[in-house]
Amino acid sequence: MTVTNPARSLAEAAARRGSARFAARAGLSDRAVAWLFILPTMLLLLAINIFPLIWAIRLSFTSLMANLPTPARFVGLDNYVDILTDEDIWANFRVTAHFVFWTIALQILIGLGLALLINQKFRGHSFWTTIILLPMMLSPAVVGNFWTLLFQPQIGPFNYVIGFFTGVAPSSFSMIGSVVLAPWTIVLVNTWMWTPYVMLICLAGLRSIPDYIYEAAEVDRASPLRQFWSITLPMVLPFLMLAVLFQAIQSFVMFDMVNLLTSGGPGSTTETVSITLKRAAFEKWQTGYASALAVILFVTIFGAANVYVRALNWVKQQ
Amino acid sequence: MRDLSDIEHAGSARWFRRGPWENAAMAVIGFGILMMTQPFSLDLYTYSFATILSGTLGFVVVSHFPQ
Repeated sequence: MTVTNPARSLAEAAARRGSARFAARAGLSDRAVAWLFILPTMLLLLAINIFPLIWAIRLSFTSLMANLPTPARFVGLDNYVDILTDEDIWANFRVTAHFVFWTIALQILIGLGLALLINQKFRGHSFWTTIILLPMMLSPAVVGNFWTLLFQPQIGPFNYVIGFFTGVAPSSFSMIGSVVLAPWTIVLVNTWMWTPYVMLICLAGLRSIPDYIYEAAEVDRASPLRQFWSITLPMVLPFLMLAVLFQAIQSFVMFDMVNLLTSGGPGSTTETVSITLKRAAFEKWQTGYASALAVILFVTIFGAANVYVRALNWVKQQ
Repeated sequence: MRDLSDIEHAGSARWFRRGPWENAAMAVIGFGILMMTQPFSLDLYTYSFATILSGTLGFVVVSHFPQ
């Protein structure tokens, strides 16, 4: 039996009559009233999302330099041709791909492992969850600065820890200054910072698996490994893929942490595309060129996200 | 009895199904991203953006095809 609150029903009816009366008086249909309510949000979205995007696309066809008073000159596809025939930018895309691939791989492996551990019922697991989540709550600027300090060859503890376990002299190598180690440094720090986020998403997936599935598997005498491959992994996969999507986009456009940690150096070994974009826009003031690079990045991420969302839907259907 | 418009509709529905076209567009986008990040050929990198753009625009169009 449905129990209704008479006072609430009366209030709702009055509100309906009120809005209907307002709409009738103003000569508006229900649909028009609905649009009237949605309009401010849509205008705000257009102003802060769509307009800058269209403006950037427009600027990408010009030779505008924002620090000069000269008007923008239309140059057609020249900026795009320059970017897509530049070997340095090509190298920056490779650096970005290396960074994204290894960051995602490590975050997924460690994040899923931590989620499986935290999902076990043990004493103080809430405390450990909070401790693990701490890096994610820090600002990338703070993380970049304190890891720079940790990686100092003379005073940084990181080199001493490595030296303690490997026997190498702590001041004999520099994580940030080495051409070989620097790309791995940004992978390491980004993994340290964002693995808790992946763990949180995986944990949500693990908690959504009903216990009776595992109970049925135990009745069928399935081993823990078999349960993991046949129950846990398939049911966590959509969550994992969601985490990969978020983290891939976030890593592809990562700027602040890399800029503070290595500034793209030594040389250009850690110069991701975002760093190149910032240098073109705010150091060389090549606004049109930087806009073209931003458009290329946007289309690449948009295309990859489309593929990924389609794959996610397919996994969910399975 | 099926008339000519039904047959035409069935023909277009057979050709313009969303699934295979979406898969093709996704393959083009994926190939474009590989072209952009591969370390072997500058030419492949040069044409990577055009490939990704055509795949993405294609995906937007074919995702409006009937199932």
